[in-house]
Amino acid sequence: MKKLALILLSLLFAWSCTDSSTSGLNEDDFAREAILVNWADNIIIPAFEDFAAKTSALKSATEQFSNNPTQQTLAELRQEWVESYTAWQRVSMFEMGKAMELRYRDNLNIYPTDTDEILENIREGTYNLELPSLNNSQGFPALDFLLYGLDESDQELLSYYTTHENADSYKGYVTDVATRIDTLTGTVLEEWQNGYRDEFVSNSGNGANSSLDMMVNDYIFYYEKILRAGKIGIPAGVFSGTALDGHIEGFYSKVYSKSLFLESLRASQNFFNGRHFGSQATGESLSSYLEFLNSTKDGSALSGLINSQFEEARLRAEGLESNLSDQVKKNNTKMLSAYDALQRNVVFMKVDMLQALNINVDYVDADGD
Amino acid sequence: MLISIIRFAANGWIYKLYIEPDFHFSYAGFEWVQPLGSYTYILFLICGLSAIFVSLGLKYRIAIITFFLSFTYIELMDKTTYLNHYYFISILSFLMIFLPANAYFSMDAFRNKQLRSQQVPAWTIDSIKLLLCIVYFYAGLAKLNSDWLIRAMPLEIWLPSKYSLPILGDLFQQSWSHYAFSWAGALYDLAIPFLLLIRRTRVLAFALVVVFHLLTRVLFPIGMFPYIMIVSALIFFDGDLHNKILSYLSRWLKISKSMFDNSEIYTFPKKWVKKASIALITLFFILQLTIPFRYLLYPGELFWTEEGYRFSWRVMLMEKTGYANFKVINPDSGQRFYVDNTQFLTRFQEKQMSFQPDFILEYAHFLEDHYEQQGIDNPEIYVDSYVALNGRGSQPYVNPDIDLTTITESQNRQTWLMPFNDDIKGL
Repeated sequence: MKKLALILLSLLFAWSCTDSSTSGLNEDDFAREAILVNWADNIIIPAFEDFAAKTSALKSATEQFSNNPTQQTLAELRQEWVESYTAWQRVSMFEMGKAMELRYRDNLNIYPTDTDEILENIREGTYNLELPSLNNSQGFPALDFLLYGLDESDQELLSYYTTHENADSYKGYVTDVATRIDTLTGTVLEEWQNGYRDEFVSNSGNGANSSLDMMVNDYIFYYEKILRAGKIGIPAGVFSGTALDGHIEGFYSKVYSKSLFLESLRASQNFFNGRHFGSQATGESLSSYLEFLNSTKDGSALSGLINSQFEEARLRAEGLESNLSDQVKKNNTKMLSAYDALQRNVVFMKVDMLQALNINVDYVDADGD
Repeated sequence: MLISIIRFAANGWIYKLYIEPDFHFSYAGFEWVQPLGSYTYILFLICGLSAIFVSLGLKYRIAIITFFLSFTYIELMDKTTYLNHYYFISILSFLMIFLPANAYFSMDAFRNKQLRSQQVPAWTIDSIKLLLCIVYFYAGLAKLNSDWLIRAMPLEIWLPSKYSLPILGDLFQQSWSHYAFSWAGALYDLAIPFLLLIRRTRVLAFALVVVFHLLTRVLFPIGMFPYIMIVSALIFFDGDLHNKILSYLSRWLKISKSMFDNSEIYTFPKKWVKKASIALITLFFILQLTIPFRYLLYPGELFWTEEGYRFSWRVMLMEKTGYANFKVINPDSGQRFYVDNTQFLTRFQEKQMSFQPDFILEYAHFLEDHYEQQGIDNPEIYVDSYVALNGRGSQPYVNPDIDLTTITESQNRQTWLMPFNDDIKGL
């Protein structure tokens, strides 16, 4: 027994004497908290501040339009709608904290929007937009319909807000939808500014409930379901076998679906690289973490592979028509090719990146087999 | 065991794992074992109650049989949740059916003088020791492979992510610690049965058991297993220690322990019961010794094909991540589309399915049935899948050109999986 204890002790001694300079990893602990700080302070909160300013402008433009529906105010409102819808693409992936509690994304961007329900709500005049059942008759897609899709020409469309027997109800609905977008956004931003930021940053441990694991899970979910499937895969008929040309963002305004998609793709890539909001500067990120862990795949750096796959997807998407609905009808092959480029990155992120970061998908005991 | 069941229920896992999903992955030959809807709760209740009865030693034989059956049924409902230690509990309770664990300090022995005996035949206790030795030793053997010993995989992936632990967190950032833990783990598993068996090293061995299992508890999400193993290892100590523990317990519970100390030796009620028990237990151990080696019968890399991986005490050996995207083709119209897995599977099921060939195949057959009902005649199902194993980059997994509806489980997996472009040496 003594002998054994001696052997154990000497083994321990031997370990502690091992020269650690031969180790594959840097001795300095990679500062994961620095990633969270960079995400919160340089990306998430600035993006929400920017978006909140735009939703507030959208709300004001709606009020002006309601007070005085003219070609001029309609054009201004449409402009604010496009700008805030574009800014939305930069915050949509952060569905956590208050946003998750409110089911923020479901309230702001379910498409195709339910036009029958919208018209019924306007006709009846009684509706409660807080009901989950009304998620698909509000948000940006509802405004898309109300500002572009009510009729053929702008002249005819304006008449719904001026001479129509329910004109007040139309104006009220547009205002209510815009107000709700703005209120929800204010709530989410306020939580980030008051307390949630510190909670998010200090939850820097490991495990399924840590900020890093949650954010990475949310991020990949966003990339796979909302971006890849929602914006390209579903309209291209990848999951249904037949193209669904109505399932796009900005279906009624017609010309924005590609640019909204590209904005969302850019935001995803910037997040991966930790690029500060509205700036060229970058901070600690998934990409720098992967580089720190020295993750490679077949000899090339994983972060580089993911970035070039983002580029490839962008390149293929840039060749698409600005109205993805037209693209699907005219030449769906190009759409499917963009989808394939997006799909490739799901494998890199979900398989290679998750393994390198050792992040689990869900919380249940599993002993690795 | 009781705590295990309560923990399961408290975490809401009964609902999440057995009632919520539309589809469950079955073990070959046990497809008839399906969750019972809301009655699943009753099954868990029965299992918990029988665990109480077993620990009280009340109606022991019926209780342990009930426990074995209900626990095993729970495990068989969905192989997504397969864990080596659940399997351990199943076979341990099976073994205990044949042992007179109620002969001393139990309600049965309290009520029945005939049964009461101070001593039981040594082989009854030795059989449990043997089972524990098999678990450890085989787990140690399984670690003797090049990934574990030479590449320190998968610990090299797992340990650095535990950065927030005090002291250890920093240690785990250094690669020598991954090697140290890998080698120490293998050495521990191989040596511990002998250290526990030899009287002189027993105390040291038990200390190692406690340290080792507490460490695994801290590092990995493996639930109750560490505690079960620590308590189980007490069986290696001789009667004195157990008597002391029971004395404490009886003083605390105000039960007279001396009434059980009647110097009787337990005898089986009938000769044939004893003979049959011994025969069954012998057969049981022959199976236990051979089943882990069944992988030798299958061609291909075990970690890649996983043919013969389960029920072999291969614990914590692989970090496998996968992604499987299923494509359905209607042969009549040529229409093709991809399946949204979340429509049928929970996130946990999807994750487990994506790197285990038997899951992928079973799910493909489920999809075939589903789309046939949806009106597609003889749908073709292909899968575009990638798997990363122990830090190697993701590689194509299932052959994407093979219609999985034409493949059966009995077919050699190498014929429908892509080749594994690496070599893992060892057992």
